[in-house]
Amino acid sequence: MAVKKFVVGNFDDEAVLFPAVKKVRRAGYRIHDVFTPFPIHGLDKAMGLRDTSLHTAGFIYGITGTATAVGFITWALTVDWQINFGGKPFFSLPAWIPVTFELTVLFASVGMVLTFCYLCQLAPFVKKDHFNTRSTDDTFVMALECTDKTNEAEALNFLETVGAKEVKVEYRETEWWIGRYDKEKKLFHKEN
Amino acid sequence: MSIRENFVVPKRYNTIALALMAVGILAIIGLYVTSGSKSDPHASARFWASLLQNSVFFLLVVNASMFFICATTLAWGGWQMAFRRVPEAISAVVPVIGVIAGAILLAIAFGGDHTIYHWTDTHHVAEDSILSHKKGFLNTTFFAVATVLTIVLWSFLGWKMRQLSRSLDAKPLATVAEKKKYIWNNTVWAALYIVVFSLTVMSSIPWLWLMSIDAHWYSTMYSWYTFASTFVAGMALIALFVVFLKNNGYLEYTNNEHLHDIGIFMFAFSVFWTYLWFSQFMLIWYANIPEETIYFQPRAHGIYKGIFWLMFIINFIAPLLILMSRDAKRNYGTITFMAILIIFGHWLDFYQMVFPAVSPDKVPMILYDFGVALGFVGLIMFVTGRALSKAPLLAKNHPFVKESLIHHT
Repeated sequence: MAVKKFVVGNFDDEAVLFPAVKKVRRAGYRIHDVFTPFPIHGLDKAMGLRDTSLHTAGFIYGITGTATAVGFITWALTVDWQINFGGKPFFSLPAWIPVTFELTVLFASVGMVLTFCYLCQLAPFVKKDHFNTRSTDDTFVMALECTDKTNEAEALNFLETVGAKEVKVEYRETEWWIGRYDKEKKLFHKEN
Repeated sequence: MSIRENFVVPKRYNTIALALMAVGILAIIGLYVTSGSKSDPHASARFWASLLQNSVFFLLVVNASMFFICATTLAWGGWQMAFRRVPEAISAVVPVIGVIAGAILLAIAFGGDHTIYHWTDTHHVAEDSILSHKKGFLNTTFFAVATVLTIVLWSFLGWKMRQLSRSLDAKPLATVAEKKKYIWNNTVWAALYIVVFSLTVMSSIPWLWLMSIDAHWYSTMYSWYTFASTFVAGMALIALFVVFLKNNGYLEYTNNEHLHDIGIFMFAFSVFWTYLWFSQFMLIWYANIPEETIYFQPRAHGIYKGIFWLMFIINFIAPLLILMSRDAKRNYGTITFMAILIIFGHWLDFYQMVFPAVSPDKVPMILYDFGVALGFVGLIMFVTGRALSKAPLLAKNHPFVKESLIHHT
């Protein structure tokens, strides 16, 4: 559990949010995260996030699948239990291609889904605080992480000048926890 | 800021194109002298087979760009609008190569000796029970009608699509109703083209033009496989022209996002081609029936083995490993290299489709074959360059153009 202090700005338009993200970064503030109701193309670039390495992971899972399939079938059909299929050689690579292909796809897809869940910290019953419940509806939330050197009043002012409709300083949980939302409702009501 | 709307053909470009065409003509003459003029039917068949392979391959490749336009039009795609004039210009080559290929095909079918299309020999067919069963399809009348009709329809429908696109340059569409009507009109003509395309390239024409060289053998996969081959080479050709124009300061609104998607097409259809190539092979390998395996005997195990496996590496392993990453698809150098490699690889694919039946004893590949191919490349360069310079490079009045300008992958 790590509760941190944030300066939070709520925006009501992504056309305002975009230049705001750029201005905030240029001014030297550190953006913790931006929460939006829908995916916004190019926002990751504007926030300066690096490209995901999910693809590389997918490639590695894929070749693991290929190697598993080819290795296992080769071992099973040429070493462990040789079977004569229509007089073909025991090592008949063409016949193994479909299974190899399927296992490659299976390993890559399942592996990538699990990796994606891990990277985004998604799992059943795992909850994360997203600063404003309306960020799943019609509000765009930008959270700036405060350090001991941050001048909060200045940051609040700055967020307002770049177009935030509502700004406040909040303490928020940054880690995930296990629970259900109805249990935490009280928590939200108390704070907001 | 104004954009450079009109392509001006550089002098050097035309010089290179004409030089390549000259090389092609010299190669054809050389090939004619060394083999085409010989009285031995196998020697002259080798000359005609080279013409057949090159003309059909390049005809199907340039025709693939019109398929690309019509398929994206039917899917209501907008992303390709920024560079759509490029495939349009490439498809303008279809009538030119169409006439050449049609003449070569008809000459082979009607021209005396029956070495390449041995089903044209009626005495031979009467004695051959397999060929006489195929007589309804494999006969010279049907061949001639289908060939002429196919080339005329491709040329006409392609011309109509280009006409529709260029008609907007002079007068913009004012109202939403007009725009809807324009899109509908486009959709109908594109659908007609797709129907003709699927009845020809995707089903019957490769059977007639290429598969009938091995007239005893057949594969229902063959046409799809040929289509995949030419479509991926066609996308590579589009990529080459887009990169060429970008490097010369044209196509300001085409950016890495568009190039990325062309790269995805090259990657995806390389895999698709392999899927069909392998499916055709595996079923025959599994069943192991002599009359089917005879097709792969010279190709996978005989003297054409080298070309067969080289083609597999170029057309599958290389695109799979090189074009997989995002950065590779956004790099002009990689895309250019891979596009040339893919076109060459599928040219080899056509080579091993045509030649094992014509020349079963030795691989007859010599420099002249590459010369003939270069001649067709020069022709494509020349005609595409002319077509590009005739219309603005951006179809700026098309209703979907904004979708392309803000395209983002």
